[in-house]
Amino acid sequence: MKTFPKGGVHPSDNKLSRASAVEVLPLPEVVNVPLAQHIGAPAVAKVAKGDQVKTGQLIAEAAGFVSANIHAPVSGTVTAVEMQPNGQGQRQMMITIRREGDEWAEGIDTSSTLVREYALTPQEILAKIKAAGIVGMGGAAFPTHVKLTIPAGKKVEYLIINGVECEPYLTSDHRSMLERGEELMVGISILMRALEVDRAFIGVENNKQDAISHLTKLAAGYSGIRVVPLRVRYPQGGEKQLIAAITGREVPPPPGLPIDVGAVVCNVSTTLAIYEAVLKNKPLVERIVTVTGRQIKEPKNLRVHFGTPVSSLLEAAGGLPEGEVKVLNGGPMMGRAMSNLASPVIKGCSGITVFAGPSAFRRGESVCIKCAKCVSACPMGLEPYLLAKLSRLKLWERLESEWVSNCIECGCCQFTCPAAIPLLDFIRLGKQEVGALVRARAAANASRK
Amino acid sequence: MANRLVIAPAPHVHGSESTRKIMRDVLLALTPALIFSIVVFGWSALMVTCISVASCVLFEFLIQKFLLRGPRTIGDLSAVVTGVLLAFNVPSSLPWWIVMIGAFVSIAIAKMTFGGLGKNPFNPALVGRVFLLFAYPVQMTTFPRPVGQLADAFSGATPLAAVKANIISHTDINFQDILFGSIPGSLGEISALLLLVGFLYLLWRKVISWHIPVAILGTMAVFIFIVGLSQGMQGEALWEYPIFHLLAGGAILGAVYMATDYSTSPMTHAGMIIYGIGIGVITVLIRLWGAYPEGMSFAILIMNSVVPLINKYVKPHRFGVK
Repeated sequence: MKTFPKGGVHPSDNKLSRASAVEVLPLPEVVNVPLAQHIGAPAVAKVAKGDQVKTGQLIAEAAGFVSANIHAPVSGTVTAVEMQPNGQGQRQMMITIRREGDEWAEGIDTSSTLVREYALTPQEILAKIKAAGIVGMGGAAFPTHVKLTIPAGKKVEYLIINGVECEPYLTSDHRSMLERGEELMVGISILMRALEVDRAFIGVENNKQDAISHLTKLAAGYSGIRVVPLRVRYPQGGEKQLIAAITGREVPPPPGLPIDVGAVVCNVSTTLAIYEAVLKNKPLVERIVTVTGRQIKEPKNLRVHFGTPVSSLLEAAGGLPEGEVKVLNGGPMMGRAMSNLASPVIKGCSGITVFAGPSAFRRGESVCIKCAKCVSACPMGLEPYLLAKLSRLKLWERLESEWVSNCIECGCCQFTCPAAIPLLDFIRLGKQEVGALVRARAAANASRK
Repeated sequence: MANRLVIAPAPHVHGSESTRKIMRDVLLALTPALIFSIVVFGWSALMVTCISVASCVLFEFLIQKFLLRGPRTIGDLSAVVTGVLLAFNVPSSLPWWIVMIGAFVSIAIAKMTFGGLGKNPFNPALVGRVFLLFAYPVQMTTFPRPVGQLADAFSGATPLAAVKANIISHTDINFQDILFGSIPGSLGEISALLLLVGFLYLLWRKVISWHIPVAILGTMAVFIFIVGLSQGMQGEALWEYPIFHLLAGGAILGAVYMATDYSTSPMTHAGMIIYGIGIGVITVLIRLWGAYPEGMSFAILIMNSVVPLINKYVKPHRFGVK
């Protein structure tokens, strides 16, 4: 079975909500919609306090190429455009809408009728994707139209659909593949047309046998789409790892991109959003979010409109357990701990994972015994023990020469460390410092010219 | 909500590994060989092991408490492992006070001087063992006869020593004896078979990888085979020559349990193979042309000193870098 070339770990997958069909969460009374839900420049608000908006109406416009449009997730009245704390407590610009009814903007097809027919050029498809404000929904939230704009001189050989979902606990992509397989296939064929490529591979980790057989059956009706079962190994769904598993090619270190090896990767949920944008004229206003955790009463998959407070998702899953809890935006390997549960669900949020009691805390750190398990576990061929040490010593130039910027922050090193050393904390710090160093150097070079 | 939110960066889950569990696995892997040693050499083998372990733990405890004034570290079981390995490297007839001196050198000088676990450049048990070999050469090379059956031809001398002194030829030795361990030798090195069982356990538990042991034993086998060939050995004598050298003496104990010591071995697989080849070559050079019948301890200590250099220059394949 195919897998990435080196490293990785195998955390218990804990897919508690794998058998729970997607439920629709009732629309909230008030939504807070951040203008920065993506990588790149925050969008620019196009509405002001007192404006009436309909669901799917553009409320903030992309500010430049690497940015994304934002649409009203509910219909109602704009009550504020102001700074509010996000999940991590950082203040950022948000549009607040008080919901009134459920009225969609004109021209949006909200029915579940499958549409297959379209006669659009690649440029038209791309324009629709851009207009719909679609970003990578696997977590990175990189604007999709940027990813699909192939630089001159490059050629796409592989379209890869990421259905790996290697993060433990999360099941939103899994449920989407099971429940919306047909739409997914149409979405993939749209992407193939947009990229002018004749083959697509859907990578699915082998712990989702039902999805693999379901999609394989459906793919038989489409030319060029193949389902590739992948070994269960984290981070199989990391973009670089997935490309290596399927094509055998390694994406060069930053600023290298997947397109440098002829690959474009698109997540399952993103592909479904593309289907809706292109054939149903529906902008990105909702997504599926897994709410899960060992101490959560009813782990489930919810269809949620953006701007809905995280706390209402938790209530729908039976509420938080008592006492000390860690609530993650995302899964346990790469998710971010939240300090503000009133903060809204945004485009990149694939799951809310909860740890309660002792599991909310880290283990105490002991000394490095040089066991080299981190070196073996690193899927990027780095030496995490060394990077963490150099970072502690603030030796940024050495860190740069040891390829710290190639780290994908998957957390395998720290997961596997028998001494429970917070390796990734220090590596992240080092990455930031080296990044600043590289940018300063580039700026100095530019000013000399 | 009556909740307190806990904040920390990812990852939020941790594997089940811990330093203590790793050390416990090493001890478990050594247990069959220890039991066999007690059967072969009697209770003195157990006594030597207990004195060694107790002294190692005691010295680490005292140094950590009164000199380094750090947290208590004996709970990680690494001192116990050093104690057992030191005992495995000495004759079961060694007087108790010499064992204690060996434990002191291992823990106080070779380990704690450098700051303790993970920081020592040389394998502590081997530093202790080599010190004792120089300081008490007679006691350290007088091996008791195994209880029970034994070929009388080389009682008191290890097979390696007997072959080196040309008392016997390696073809005179019953391979079953050196495989199962009915031979004189250091306390824990005699049963090649049970040490290999422990090796499989360590591989299964992913405590060590195959690279170092296989590189050492493979290098020794190839080197010895070539030497045999150049000396005109033929047929069975030629094939038995490398096998004899792998099974006799401390080759397996050293390759599997001593050379793989985490803090004194390289961090990358390629580095481990270079290190293993170095140990294999030096061991054979000492065994065949040096003053000692056994060279494993020296070879490991010499290669320990090269480890920082290996770590500096031998890097893993960086993903995406050509």
